[in-house]
Amino acid sequence: MGVALAAAIAGFITVASTTSTEQSGLFRHLLPIFTAKSGIEVRVVAVGTGQALDIGRRGDADVVLVHAKPLEEKFLAEDHAVRRQDVMYNDFVLLGPKSDPAKLAGTKDVVTAFQRIRAARAPFVSRGDRSGTHFAELEIWKLAGIDIGREKGPWYRDTGQGMGAALNTAAAMDAYILADRGTWLSFRNRGDLAIVVEGDKRLYNQYGVMLVNPAKHPSVKREMGQAFIDWLVSADGQKAIADYRIGGEQLFFPNAHE
Amino acid sequence: MFQLDAELWRIVLLSLEVSLSAVLLATLLGLPLGAALAVKRFPGRRGAIVTLNALMGLPPVVVGLLVYLLLSRAGPLGELGLLFTPGAMIIAQTILILPIIAALARQALEDAWREYEEQLRSLGAQGMQAALTLLWDARFSLITAVLAGLGRASAEVGAVMIVGGNIDGVTRVMTTAIALETSKGDLPLALGLGFVLIAIVLVLNAGAQLVKEAAQRRFG
Amino acid sequence: MSSSILPLTLDNVAYASNGQRIIAGVSLSIEAGPSTVILGANGAGKSVLMRLMHGLLRPTAGRVRWSEADPASLRRRQAMVFQRPVMLRRSALANVVYALQLAGVPSGEREAQARAALDEVGLRHLAQRPARVLSGGEQQRLALARAWALHPEVLFLDEPTANLDPSAAREIETVIKAFDAAGTKIVMATHNLGQARRLGDEVIYLQAGRVLERAPIEQFFARPATAEAAAFVKGELPWV
Repeated sequence: MGVALAAAIAGFITVASTTSTEQSGLFRHLLPIFTAKSGIEVRVVAVGTGQALDIGRRGDADVVLVHAKPLEEKFLAEDHAVRRQDVMYNDFVLLGPKSDPAKLAGTKDVVTAFQRIRAARAPFVSRGDRSGTHFAELEIWKLAGIDIGREKGPWYRDTGQGMGAALNTAAAMDAYILADRGTWLSFRNRGDLAIVVEGDKRLYNQYGVMLVNPAKHPSVKREMGQAFIDWLVSADGQKAIADYRIGGEQLFFPNAHE
Repeated sequence: MFQLDAELWRIVLLSLEVSLSAVLLATLLGLPLGAALAVKRFPGRRGAIVTLNALMGLPPVVVGLLVYLLLSRAGPLGELGLLFTPGAMIIAQTILILPIIAALARQALEDAWREYEEQLRSLGAQGMQAALTLLWDARFSLITAVLAGLGRASAEVGAVMIVGGNIDGVTRVMTTAIALETSKGDLPLALGLGFVLIAIVLVLNAGAQLVKEAAQRRFG
Repeated sequence: MSSSILPLTLDNVAYASNGQRIIAGVSLSIEAGPSTVILGANGAGKSVLMRLMHGLLRPTAGRVRWSEADPASLRRRQAMVFQRPVMLRRSALANVVYALQLAGVPSGEREAQARAALDEVGLRHLAQRPARVLSGGEQQRLALARAWALHPEVLFLDEPTANLDPSAAREIETVIKAFDAAGTKIVMATHNLGQARRLGDEVIYLQAGRVLERAPIEQFFARPATAEAAAFVKGELPWV
């Protein structure tokens, strides 16, 4: 899509995305670059993944940018979008208290870590809110062979909160928690929490972007929404994503396939 | 730091715009409603009063959800394109505080009506005219009702979060900003914003109190 | 040039509230001319009878009939002054103007008529004062000014000086006499016998919601027809 050297604002689009993405600060870095190039203002409504997709289903957003591939494919199958594209990935980290009740020090395997947490009935905070992070957590329980729905006990705290709020809870309770690296890096209220397991391939978190289907939702701003998506997956957009750092560390790794 | 101040200003001004607009609308609708309930006798009046009083306790998050369903593109008023705008926030807050202003006004006006009723009827003031005269005469005691509505509007986060979306630079107000900073774990910033919010509400209340006292000296 | 709203006729009027009977079967006629004083002990029903006549209460039995059928015209031509005056949060002048506005007086004429009414009761110097900061006596005079401005045919007064000190009460009586001299029919409830003698021409004596006696004033005091009336006349402390 040609980019206009527009100084004036041409309009705005609504993007439904997730709290963890917003709280990482990525949008503050990314969106002004896009707006300067295109004159399109991007308004991000940041909620849990489930709610973000629901907003898309209702036609209240033009673009959806989330990180829960199975849910995104369901969204596609329901015809609420016509195409899904990879944009970037970040990773999750398993955080734990200094006291390390599940004896995870030195573990590199997140599935083993989860099994040890369950065995020790160590306190564990879950987002419980149908978010991308929540689904990633559930996937790992499944890989660990644990039916968490049946096997959870008082040690497993289902909070139904966003990432930051859940981290607050985990810090206050000295519990283990799965979090996206971005939110963790900008989180100030750490208590005794620190990274316990990272780098496991199963902790990679893929982001996908979709234009809400204009055929199904006529109010969708098709051209401007598509312009945003095209920019995200373009060389420019991908570089802007890679350039985002917290404390010198890169958070998001662009991987759109052209 | 300068950027933070500019952003803080924007958030404060938007909060004032939303809550004061809601208070204005709810006052324009709620005072006549309260006056009518105070003055008119009609079948079902007691039920109406009980219902209105109960609605004072409407949970903000429930109001937010209902307005969201109304304004969503998938909902009946989707064509208006109001969702995720300050307009939606004003609508939600107006609905939220209308019962508060109307119910408290009704209470104050019923007390005043007991004092005024005979004289006004003797002079020939009927129905609407009597209610308006009562409203105007009781205007200073009604300030309390309006302040209660303002307090509720500026304090709530549930409704504006859902219908506004807490969009950076567009629908982020003090309460949603505080919620956001808290959930990011930046508690000092959240607390700081909280104190700014309290200070603003205090100033508004103090101003209203001064107006009330000055008027009482002037009009008796 | 319209005809008088009097006589006012009460046909077997009764009033009950909360199961209590307050007025029982009162039939009488109020004619133009002599000032009528309604006398009775506390609880006899004077205030309720006044309100029934003025139209603030509806009788639970019987009828209250004026000689004028149009309710709006009727409302304008009778006024009432209560024991406690109720003023709006405005200036004294504005309170009178308000009454004139309700009566349908054209806006250009209201202020002049209001000022004339204030003059009549000696409140000209307090025209701009907030009505609610005036003394009890001044507020009652203001209530009379408000009534005066309407030039009513009938003026009801419900114990108008009961809350006032003697000198303020005298001022009020002066104004009431002025109303009478101007041709307004006075109907006044009081338990002040001296006041009744000073202002009234005839007495209606009320006890337990019934009219026991009705007589010219001197006759009532000199030769009360019933034992109850005689006891009342002896028992009440006259204010001089």
